[in-house]
Amino acid sequence: MSNALLEVRNLSVDFHTARGTVHAVRDVSWSINRGETLAVLGESGSGKSVSASAVMNILDIPPAQIIAGEIYFEGQNLLAMSNEQRRAINGKRIAMIFQDPLSHLNPVYPVGWQIAEMMTAHGRPMSEARARTLDLLNRVGIPEPHNAVGKYPHQFSGGQRQRLMIAMALALKPDILIADEPTTALDVTIQADVLALLKQLQAETGMGLVLITHDLGVVAEIADRVVVMSQGQIVEQGSVRDVYHAPQHAYTQKLIGSAPGKGQIKTLEPDLPLLLEAKALCKTYGRFTALKDVSLTLARGQSLAVVGESGSGKSTLARAILRLETADSGAAFWKGQDLLAMSPSALLGVRRQIQMVFQDPTQSLNPRMSVYQLISEGWDIHRLMPDRNQRQMRVRELLEQVGLSAEHASRYPHQFSGGQRQRIAIARALALEPELIICDEAVSALDVSIQAQVIALLDDLRERLGISFLFIAHDLGVVRDFADTVIVMKAGEIVERGPTEQIFSAPSHPYTQRLLAAALDPDPDVQAQRRLLATAQA
Amino acid sequence: MSDLSTAIPPAPAKRRAAPLLAMLWRDKLAFVSAIVLIVIVLFALLGPALLSDLATSQNLRGRNSPPFDLARGWAFVLGGDSLGRPMLARLIVAARSTMLVAAGTVLAAMAVGAVLGLLAGYLGKHVSQAIMRLADVIMSFPSLLIAVIVLYVLGPSIPNMILVLAITRIPIYLRTTRAEVLEVRQRMFVQAAVVMGASNGRIILRHILPVVAPTLVTIATLDFAFVMLAESSLSFLGIGIQPPDITWGLMVAQGRPYLTTAWWLAFWPGLLIVITTLSLNLLSNWMRVALDPSQRWRLEARSTKDE
Repeated sequence: MSNALLEVRNLSVDFHTARGTVHAVRDVSWSINRGETLAVLGESGSGKSVSASAVMNILDIPPAQIIAGEIYFEGQNLLAMSNEQRRAINGKRIAMIFQDPLSHLNPVYPVGWQIAEMMTAHGRPMSEARARTLDLLNRVGIPEPHNAVGKYPHQFSGGQRQRLMIAMALALKPDILIADEPTTALDVTIQADVLALLKQLQAETGMGLVLITHDLGVVAEIADRVVVMSQGQIVEQGSVRDVYHAPQHAYTQKLIGSAPGKGQIKTLEPDLPLLLEAKALCKTYGRFTALKDVSLTLARGQSLAVVGESGSGKSTLARAILRLETADSGAAFWKGQDLLAMSPSALLGVRRQIQMVFQDPTQSLNPRMSVYQLISEGWDIHRLMPDRNQRQMRVRELLEQVGLSAEHASRYPHQFSGGQRQRIAIARALALEPELIICDEAVSALDVSIQAQVIALLDDLRERLGISFLFIAHDLGVVRDFADTVIVMKAGEIVERGPTEQIFSAPSHPYTQRLLAAALDPDPDVQAQRRLLATAQA
Repeated sequence: MSDLSTAIPPAPAKRRAAPLLAMLWRDKLAFVSAIVLIVIVLFALLGPALLSDLATSQNLRGRNSPPFDLARGWAFVLGGDSLGRPMLARLIVAARSTMLVAAGTVLAAMAVGAVLGLLAGYLGKHVSQAIMRLADVIMSFPSLLIAVIVLYVLGPSIPNMILVLAITRIPIYLRTTRAEVLEVRQRMFVQAAVVMGASNGRIILRHILPVVAPTLVTIATLDFAFVMLAESSLSFLGIGIQPPDITWGLMVAQGRPYLTTAWWLAFWPGLLIVITTLSLNLLSNWMRVALDPSQRWRLEARSTKDE
């Protein structure tokens, strides 16, 4: 028996679904000691969360069934314990934080009460719990802890909520903290803060940290060792540096190879004809300013990226141009005509020329329409291609163009994976032969390797068909690979604009510099160097 | 001809009909419900022509004769009513008026309510306000009072009853539809359709209605029982269906005074109302699954499960 604090040994878990048995994880083993950080890296559906859920006893059994394996905590097999014994360990000795803090905080209780409850539930007196709550809020960097204890979850920002979750998890000084995608829902600058906080707390308390993530950058920033999972199996494990610099398994090589931000930076060809020009767009919601004097120009064949954190107004910009929202003032000229002042019938003609690809293809494709219906809907709307045979030919062409095959036409969206669905959405946009495609976070919801494929596809379309792109994103790596011009937005305003090269090599605005500094590089050495620089500056 | 040569199967509408029966067979409860409903519809279509004489022939010696007694012949297997008419024949004959009123009311209320609800939910604030206040007026008015006034003015008849009952049921469909539309219209695929240039009509019919429809159908099946009983209270007041015409609801109402002495007078028609409603409910449940592409696999045979 090894002397690791927590050890998962040869764990296999099946899920029994109505469609048959799914082997969620097979023969997974990993271990962690005090003071160590272990990253479990994998894409969606790789089973990376399953072993942690088994540790925390939060697998739903059934449908899940633990087929084989043991989980040892301080030499005792957790799976052989009663639920009562495990409850005494959960939360107290092993704590967990989740991706979406809002859904894990109860909206009807003040946060101070919720943190204190964590302690009173494990038998601490209320007075002690209150004092420790204040201390913890202070520790995790919540401003004005005395006021904050009485506030409700919705009164905090996303980053602060994650801090609250961390405070709650740390309330009983656990030996091990399991963090399941703790920063995935957060903006880059806030992600950097939260990771720094986790690291600092770990140094103080000496706890072991298990970090479940899909993000190579997060692994490079924080982890000592990494376990790479694919299709329910561990394909590789080792120190972060070894795995990054000398990946052994083909899957790891592919994963590292597809990390964005390493390709050739594109430059804009001069003297292209102007396609779209937005002038001084303004939009307010009550007292909140979403857009403030935003102007931009987009030439034929150009790919313009709009970068910003959540709430910066970048999506509102796209929606205002497409007239999904009504701008308060300003104008948007499409080939010289003002889109915002256009009559409905004139707008219909322009709708054909501008298409949009949304963030989440699961929601942007009508679940009750087949792929054929989805792609051909545009032709129905614009009364194009009345001939059915011709339509079928074209649908087949489009599907092949985006890397799907002809027999997919009769299937429904739920039968595809996330990446395939986004390809369907792109095929739908291409069906109308648009001149401009607006991508609103079109690759954000996709796994890295699929993200790389979709970006390559979009790039290919731009080169072959001369389509322009307005590319809205928060991920700087993706932007660097795809765009030739970048606009940086903050609080509804454009703070900086310029060629991609210039933005990435010599950012002039402090906000752009902060964004770039907070973006995580997948190379652990680069990250280590950056950390050194940052501490030297501080 | 060239249709067949292309590799892409044509739009799925064509291949839907045959598997639909197979899917019905896989859900045994829904299958039984479908058969029950077909039998009831046959009663409604053929019953009055074949049995109306039997159903109205009085036999005072057989008043309130108990069920399961074959001495008076098969017609009295479910007993006789207070005038000695055979219950079985009356139940079968009553199916027509009952179904006519209930189905007519529910379908009319659902259609009007759904259309107004879709409009109220999708077209701006003013249309919505106007339609919702109209619904409030209907709801705040005691429904029985409207019925009494309207039926007194227009005279009692089946179409007039359908009209009155439908008006009082419209707000239920209207409000549900509007609430659902307000949610569905924010979904991304509706926005995607707007970006493609789809007209309001297209968005409402192609994208919103199919999502809202299952909820409406479920409410409609539950409403069926309510309408059958509401119709009986109108008949009780003398402004609904009048004897010798007969409905199940009216039979329940007429049997009520005899509940302690002759339970079968109210029990059999009540049972039929329950069975009809239950069958409709089970069938609508099956339909919800069968029409949803992401749920449909639950009903598909294993051999076709190739994904």
